[in-house]
Amino acid sequence: MNWLADRLRRIGAMTVDGVWRVGFAARFFLMVLVYSGQSFRRLHLTIREIYFSGVQSLLIILVSGLFVGLVLGLQGYETLQRYGSSDALGVLVALSLTRELGPVVAGLLFASRAGSAVTAEIGLMKTTEQLKAMDMMAVNPIARVVAPRFWGGVLSMPLLAAMFSAMGIFGGWLIGVVFIGVDDGAFWSQMQAAVDWRYDILNGVIKSIVFGIAVSLIAVFEGYDCQPTAEGVSRAITRTVVSSALAILALDFVLTSFMFRG
Amino acid sequence: MMSRTTLDLWVGFFVVLGFAALVFLAMKVGSFTGLNGATLYSVEAPFDNIGGLKVRAPVKSAGVLVGRVADIRFDAERYRAVVRLDLDSRYEFPRDTIASILTSGLLGEQYVGIEAGADAEVLKAGDMIQITQSAVVLERLIGQFMFNKAAETPAQQ
Repeated sequence: MNWLADRLRRIGAMTVDGVWRVGFAARFFLMVLVYSGQSFRRLHLTIREIYFSGVQSLLIILVSGLFVGLVLGLQGYETLQRYGSSDALGVLVALSLTRELGPVVAGLLFASRAGSAVTAEIGLMKTTEQLKAMDMMAVNPIARVVAPRFWGGVLSMPLLAAMFSAMGIFGGWLIGVVFIGVDDGAFWSQMQAAVDWRYDILNGVIKSIVFGIAVSLIAVFEGYDCQPTAEGVSRAITRTVVSSALAILALDFVLTSFMFRG
Repeated sequence: MMSRTTLDLWVGFFVVLGFAALVFLAMKVGSFTGLNGATLYSVEAPFDNIGGLKVRAPVKSAGVLVGRVADIRFDAERYRAVVRLDLDSRYEFPRDTIASILTSGLLGEQYVGIEAGADAEVLKAGDMIQITQSAVVLERLIGQFMFNKAAETPAQQ
């Protein structure tokens, strides 16, 4: 009997803990939005974060985009030429990049490159009681530390995803047209005929904005909420990467099922 | 620590590069020219069988894109499909225009082909195209071919 009560108590504690965390995250998100105005008044803080999250992720995004495009070009050509439609290579590369791979892979890379860094920074600030010190000096840590990092990520993510897609299409073109010898005109004209500006590209941009908000929120929240110990910070970073990846993939499924039906 | 001006320069470079990528996607990859921005008018066309026609399929006249399929619904009174076509208002077609469902290539997507008639009056928004030609269903075609073959065989004996 005692054993059963113990188990039940543990399940109860887990549930209460989970609900409490979700509630805290929602309140935290609201607080970030409320204090965003204050942090935008000192715009250079946000610009600095765009530098750390966006500019410093440029290299990994561009190189990954290029290689994803190269592989898509090779694999796509391999399959398409069996059906004698290798001219459609441009369509395949462009659609898969703008609709899915661009936002999703850029989001995953962004979460592990920039999101983890943000969590580590905020977590360490909390561990070394810098956040408390700011509070003591009547500086709001959410307006000074959290909101700029959040907005830096939100603003960087769509731009990075667009660069990823553009670079990937360049990679597909490089393999398809330059190395294999697909016709250049057919590559671009078929792509332009099949890719719709609003239906494909704008929806991809919307996806990347949503992923940017999700990843940035998870990153700042995990950092702010971490246990103020060395182990707690490392756990928070792991949680950031894992839950960002899961959030991106789950959100992608939901968004795709709403955007590209029928 | 990096100086403020260098940092601003890098961020400016980053933002410009990001927007350049977006413009590249919109102009070069997507069809910004296509039908986006054109004013449209819709006409309807009934078909006995639309085959695999989908919403958003192209509408072409003489091979040129002139519109898109806006909606497909089933007319329960006459048991046929009614396809609504959104046509570019720059182009006007006579009232006796023929709409047919064609396939690009052997296995390609299906689209609506429009062949202009000779009537003096033109189609206006909400009009119905009277003369239509259904999609060619491959299975039916093969079935017909087999049937004809089977009919031929005993005659040869």
